[in-house]
Amino acid sequence: MTNNSTQGLGGRSESEASYNQSQQDWWRYFTFNKDHKVIGVQYLTTAFAFFLIGGVLAMLIRAELITPASDLFDRPLYNALFTLHGTIMIFLWIIPSTVGMSNFLVPLMIGADDMAFPLLNAISFWMVPPAGLLLISSFLLPNGPAQAGWWSYPPLSLQVPPGVINGQFLWILSVLILGVSSILGAVNFVTTIVRMRAPGMTFFRMPIFVWTVLSAQLLQLFFLPSLTGGLLLLLADLTIGTNFFKPFEGGSPVLYQHMFWFYSHPTVYVWVLPAFGIFSEIIPAFSRNPLFGYRSVAVASIGLAVVSATVWAHHMFASGTPKWVRILFMFTSEVAAIPTGVKVFAWTATVWKSRLHLDTPMLFALGGVVMFMIGGITGVMQGAMPFDLHVNNTHFIVAHFHYIVYNTITVAIYGGLYFWYPKVTGRMYNEGWGKLHFWLTFIGANLTFFPIFIVGLQGMVRRVSSYDPQYQGWNIIASLGAFLLGVSVLPFLANFIGSWLYGPQAPNNPWHATGLEWTTTSPPPRENFEQTPTVTLAPYSYGQPDYSTVDSSDREAIERHGK
Amino acid sequence: MRNFIPSRKLDDSRPQEEGGGKRQDEHTKTMFGVGAFLISESLIFASFIVAYVSLRLFSGPMLPPGVKGPELSTSVIIHSIVLISSSLPAQLAEGAVKRKKLNQFRLLWVITSVMGAYFLVGEVKEWLGLDFDVTTGQFGGAFYILTGFHGLHVTAGILLQMLMLVRSFIPGNYKKGHTGVSAVTLFWHVVDGIWVILFSLFYLWRA
Ligand code: HEM
Ligand SMILES: [Cu+2]
Repeated sequence: MTNNSTQGLGGRSESEASYNQSQQDWWRYFTFNKDHKVIGVQYLTTAFAFFLIGGVLAMLIRAELITPASDLFDRPLYNALFTLHGTIMIFLWIIPSTVGMSNFLVPLMIGADDMAFPLLNAISFWMVPPAGLLLISSFLLPNGPAQAGWWSYPPLSLQVPPGVINGQFLWILSVLILGVSSILGAVNFVTTIVRMRAPGMTFFRMPIFVWTVLSAQLLQLFFLPSLTGGLLLLLADLTIGTNFFKPFEGGSPVLYQHMFWFYSHPTVYVWVLPAFGIFSEIIPAFSRNPLFGYRSVAVASIGLAVVSATVWAHHMFASGTPKWVRILFMFTSEVAAIPTGVKVFAWTATVWKSRLHLDTPMLFALGGVVMFMIGGITGVMQGAMPFDLHVNNTHFIVAHFHYIVYNTITVAIYGGLYFWYPKVTGRMYNEGWGKLHFWLTFIGANLTFFPIFIVGLQGMVRRVSSYDPQYQGWNIIASLGAFLLGVSVLPFLANFIGSWLYGPQAPNNPWHATGLEWTTTSPPPRENFEQTPTVTLAPYSYGQPDYSTVDSSDREAIERHGK
Repeated sequence: MRNFIPSRKLDDSRPQEEGGGKRQDEHTKTMFGVGAFLISESLIFASFIVAYVSLRLFSGPMLPPGVKGPELSTSVIIHSIVLISSSLPAQLAEGAVKRKKLNQFRLLWVITSVMGAYFLVGEVKEWLGLDFDVTTGQFGGAFYILTGFHGLHVTAGILLQMLMLVRSFIPGNYKKGHTGVSAVTLFWHVVDGIWVILFSLFYLWRA
C-alpha cells in the first residue's frame, strides 16, 4: 500500500487472501451490519431491485403508448403506473443507489475507517426497504395506488376515495419515511467528510466524487425539510381535515407547489452531482491525464448546489406566477448552466488528445457525458420561460428529464458499478459482457428517449394514456427502445452475479488509478486500511511516474500525530 | 496535455491538522452531527412557519368570522416563561457534569425536566380551552400542528433527559464523556428557541 502504481499489480499474500475469504461471508449482507461497505452494497442491491420494479412499470407504460387508444389499461391504472414509476425511480433507485455508492466509497476515499456514525448509518438503510414495500403494496388496495404523479399536487392529490387507507396516504407515508432516512444519512455524510479525513487530506486534496457527495448531502440537509414539511401538511389535509392547500376552503395549492419545488429542484442536483463525481473519477483514470481544472470542478460542485437553491419556481412558469417572478427565475435558472459548463469543459479537456482506454467504465462515462449534453441543452431551453410555456406538460419534458435521469445518471451509476466492482467484490467482471451491456444501453436509451423529443415538440401531452394517431410512429420506436433497455439488464445481471461467484481475483488497483481506495486490498479489510494513510499529494496525479498517494516515510509522522 | 503537471507543486506537504480516522475527537465529531441534525429539524419548523406566515399574508382571513383566536392569557405567559428559562438549569447541569459534580447535575437536570413538564401541562390546558379545532379555517391547522409538533419535541426532550439521568447512576458512565448530556442540552435550547418564535407568531402578532 505504499506505492499504488506498482504495488497495485501484484497479487496478495496467503494470509491476506484467507482473511478476505472470511470477509466474503455473504450472509452479512442480509443482517443489520454497521460496516459502511456492507451497508453500501445493501443500498445498491436494494435500489437495483426497486429499479427493476420501476423498469417493469416503465415498460407497461410504453406498452400502453404503442397504440393511440387507451387499450391496455384504464386511465386510473395508467395514472397509478406513471405515479409509482416516477416515485420509485427517484426515491428508491436514484437516491439510494447514489447513497449506496457514496457509503462504500467516501470513507475509503478520505482514509477513514468507517462513517462518522455507523449505527445511524445502518438505521438509515433499514428504513428504505419497508418504505419501498409500503409504497408498492398500495397496488393491493381496492382503489389502487396514488394517481397524482410524483408531485402529488393538491387539490388533485386530495381527491381520493373515502377511507383512511388509500393509495395517496401510503404514498405520503412512504416518501416521508424515505425523507427521514435521507436526512439522517445527510447528517452522517456531512460529518464524515468534514471531520473524518485522514491526516493531510485537505479539502482540496479530496477526489471530486467526495466533493459532489458533500454538495449533494448539504442540499439534502438544508432542503429536504421543506418537502417533509409540505408533505406533513398535505397528510394533515388528507387525514385530519386541515385546510392548508384546499382552494375552496381558503387554502393555497400554490403554496404546496412552492414547498415541493423548493426541495425538488435542488434534489435533481442531489441525483446528478454524484453522477458528475463518477465521471470525474473514471475519465482521468482511463485517459491517463490529471483531471483538467481540478479546483474549478470542485468549486463548481458547491456552486451548483448554491445556484440550485434559487431556481425552483421555473417549474411553476405555468402556475399563474407573477411576471417578475417568472423573469427572475428564468435568469437564475440559466445561471446554473455556468458551473455545469465548467464541468463538461473539464471532462472534454481531460480526454483531449489523450490515448483513451475504452474499458467498460470509460464507455459508460463517455456515453453518459455525451447524452448529458443533449439533456443539458434541452434543459437550458426549458429554463427560458417563453419556450417552456409551449412545451410545458408535453413529452418534450419527459424526454429532457429522462436524458438526465436515465441517459446520464443511471448510465453514470452503471459506469461506477463497473469501475469499483473489483474493489467491492475482489473479483473482475467480464469485459465482453460489460461492453455488450453498454451498447444495448446506449442504443436503447437513445432509441427510447430521442423520439419523445419530437412528438413532444409536436404537442403530445404527457401523463395521458391516449394520444392523437399522428404521433404513433415515433411512439412505436420509443417503445421498442424501452424493451431493448429491459433486455439490457440481462447481460448486466449475468455478468455481476456470475463474476462475483466465478470471476478471476482482482488486484488491488486494476486500473492503476489514483485515490486512496485503490491503495488497500480488494475487498478492503473491515477497518479499511491497515494503518491510517497520510496524504501528501493532490488527487489525479496521472502522468507522474513516481506517483504515490501514500508515502511510507510519513508513517512516523502519523504516529507522532496520534499522540 | 499528456504530461500536464498541475502548476502547484505536487507534494506540498501541509501541516496535518485536519481529520484523521479514530484519532478524531469523538465529542467534537458527535456534536457536529447533532448540530447538523438540529439544523435540519429546525428547518422543518421553518417550513411550517413560512407556510403559516404566507397564508396569513396572502390568503385572506384565516379564521371564519366570529371565531376567537388564542388569547394572551397570564397562564400562557407563565408557562412560556417557565419553558424558556428552563434553558438555564439545563446549561448549568451540563457544566456540572463537565466538572464531574454528579449530584449537582442530577438536581439541575430534574429541575429542567419538571419545568418542561409544567409547560406541557399548561399547553394541554390551553388546547382544551380553545373554541376552534384543526379544521377551523387555516389558522386551526397551523396552530395545532405547530404547537403540537413543538410539544412532541418537548416530550422527546424530557424523555432524553430521563435517559441521561438514568445513565448517571451507572458507575463511571460520565467519566468516559458527557457528549449525551451536551447533545440533549443543545436540543433543549433549540426547542426553547423555537417556542419564542411560535409564541410571537400566535400570541403577539395580532391581526
Ligand atoms: C427504463 C427506462 C425508462 C422508461 C422506458 C421510462 C418511461 C417513462 C415514460 C413513458 C414516462 C411518461 C409517462 C407519461 O407522462 O404518460 C415516464 C415518466 C417518468 N419517469 Fe421514466 N422511464 C424510464 C426510466 C426512468 C428513470 C431511471 C427515472 C429516474 C428518476 C424515471 C423517472 C420518471 C419520472 C419522475 C416520471 C414522471 C412521472 C410523473 O409524471 O409524475 N424514469 N417514464
Ligand atoms: Cu428545476
